[in-house]
Amino acid sequence: MRTAKSIEGAPPRVAPELLLRLYREMLRLRTLDERMMTLQRQGRVGFYGACTGQEASTIASAAALEPGDWIFPALREGGAMLLRGFPLVPYLCQIFGNAGDETKGRQMPSHMASKSVNQVSWSSCIGSQLPQAVGAAMAARIKGDKTVVAAYMGDGATSSADFHVAMNFAGVFKPPVVFVCQNNHWAISIPTQKQTASESIAVKAVAYGFEGIKVDGNDAEAVYGAVKAAVDRARAGQGPTLVECETYRIGAHSSSDDPTRYRDEREVEIWRKRDPIEAFRTRLVAAGLWTEAKDEELREKLAGEVNEAIAEAEKKPDPPRETLFEDVYSSPPWFLREEREEMLAVPKARRPGAAQ
Amino acid sequence: MPQWNIIQAVNDALRIEMKRDPRVVLLGEDIGKFGGVFRATAGLYEEFGETRVIDTPLAEGGIIGAAIGMAMYGLKPVPEIQFSDFIFPAFDQIVNELGKLRYRSGGQYSAPLVIRTPVGGGIKGGHYHSQSPEALFIHAGGLQVVCPSNPVDAKGLLLSAIRGEDPVLFLEPKRVYRAAKGEVPEGDYTIPIGEAKVVREGKGMTVLAYGAMLHEAEAACAESPDLDAELIDLRTLWPLDLETVTRSVQKTGRCAIVHEAPRSCGFGAEIAALVQERCFYHLEAPILRIAGWDTPFPYTLENDYLPLAPRIRKGLGELRGRRP
Repeated sequence: MRTAKSIEGAPPRVAPELLLRLYREMLRLRTLDERMMTLQRQGRVGFYGACTGQEASTIASAAALEPGDWIFPALREGGAMLLRGFPLVPYLCQIFGNAGDETKGRQMPSHMASKSVNQVSWSSCIGSQLPQAVGAAMAARIKGDKTVVAAYMGDGATSSADFHVAMNFAGVFKPPVVFVCQNNHWAISIPTQKQTASESIAVKAVAYGFEGIKVDGNDAEAVYGAVKAAVDRARAGQGPTLVECETYRIGAHSSSDDPTRYRDEREVEIWRKRDPIEAFRTRLVAAGLWTEAKDEELREKLAGEVNEAIAEAEKKPDPPRETLFEDVYSSPPWFLREEREEMLAVPKARRPGAAQ
Repeated sequence: MPQWNIIQAVNDALRIEMKRDPRVVLLGEDIGKFGGVFRATAGLYEEFGETRVIDTPLAEGGIIGAAIGMAMYGLKPVPEIQFSDFIFPAFDQIVNELGKLRYRSGGQYSAPLVIRTPVGGGIKGGHYHSQSPEALFIHAGGLQVVCPSNPVDAKGLLLSAIRGEDPVLFLEPKRVYRAAKGEVPEGDYTIPIGEAKVVREGKGMTVLAYGAMLHEAEAACAESPDLDAELIDLRTLWPLDLETVTRSVQKTGRCAIVHEAPRSCGFGAEIAALVQERCFYHLEAPILRIAGWDTPFPYTLENDYLPLAPRIRKGLGELRGRRP
């Protein structure tokens, strides 16, 4: 087993511009998550799954991909879309489920996707994206493309049948896929040691015939380095890798969860001290790449951008009613056309949870 | 025109489309060198190679999950599930992923793939090689479900299915896999999805059937010409060709539905509901379902389980005698 970890105080191996970009994106995600959790508590958003504490894993892993590479995300990788250039307003519109959402308000918040940045649509069913990611990677190779596919999951997903199926297919066919497991120690209320008896998640790759790497998921540089190496290998035709990013879910699983019922707050405190953003900033300042003054300025700027985008996104109306029947098939068969007329014959239902 | 069976027709359709469209790939268990347990993919591995005829590990969820990813990426996968009884490890991939992908992504992504799988009883396969799960997949939504009864339709429908924009569950009736023969036109032709076919005209009653049971219903109708039955081969189960069905029932006033899947919540239940909604004032008798029993599929007594010609004939005789 190989582990990758950057050493405290060592000179950055990643170009300074990229380090600063990663930091800005991580801070933007933190800012956004904090605002959205507030909005959820205010009843303005139905549900939210924050990435708080895991920003290094999400942002630095996605940064190791090329724009043409594909992401099959899980719950906490939505922010990767922003890194990949997806605009903030339609991103927020997905959370509001309104007419500005490219996915037409079809899914719960935090299930965003956009073909424009090659981040595919995912379901809430844990692990099901993994065999699909392997298939997409197989297709890329069949077509002769240089695309790499990143398949994301949490620690909980590694118990699912689809995880093992996907790992096995990946081992047998060796397509250009990189599995990224964000081991945040908790699958809702189930700790990792009750999820698996393996010594790590990464070690599972060995049984499937390829390399598993465990990395400090709160160290953006280490995550970037490990995932970049795996992506490069995949692109060079050297097969799949499983990268386990050991991180921690500082907050609740989602806005519907209360972790005080199953988790010791002292454990959370330990991990708060390992906050990926704090550690990153300290290192950037020590390396002379960043200053506290610049940091203050950036935080203000990000808060302003997020608030402006929320204000714009929140104004948009619901998707038109008739869109309810679109996209079930490539064109609606007779029964959907009939049902649409039936629905349109009654007044629009009030949206649950929406402001009066 | 060659006299072919359904397996040969399926094989020919796959070959034609693989030659025509380099995006078409096959994947499944034992489909490569071995050519499939029913030989439906025989010779294709040799002709198109291992990158397009892919023997997979034994995991149906992986076969369908990978096929979804391939289709999203732009290929046209035709995965085979060796028996439809083995499809359930892939049920989540089909129901929650395949059938909902276009919808949940707001039309950005789709996975137009064709799942081929042998369906139904009649080969002494017990309940793990004999089931007919069509209703589950019709109910799931987002899928087209096709079940040809003969080689001519099998070839034309499979070519339509592969060329279509929607995911298709293509059910191949294994009881008549080799028994149903026909003059299959050579070369390229398609039969549209969503069109039923009147295989026997009549004014006395409408009999709806598909797959292997179409042949049983045909025998029953032929043995009792006095019934003057109009027999319709549904061919595409979903979306149902309701227009052809209702036109017939409005003419005959009587309707029987034959399928080998269990009766309760079977596809016949949905057809009965649709027919009574549209033909209530034309009906002269209650709609009759002649179906498999609500038991698991048996091994030894399979011919007592299946709605074969004698049971269909008895049912149709009673349907003719019924007055509302």
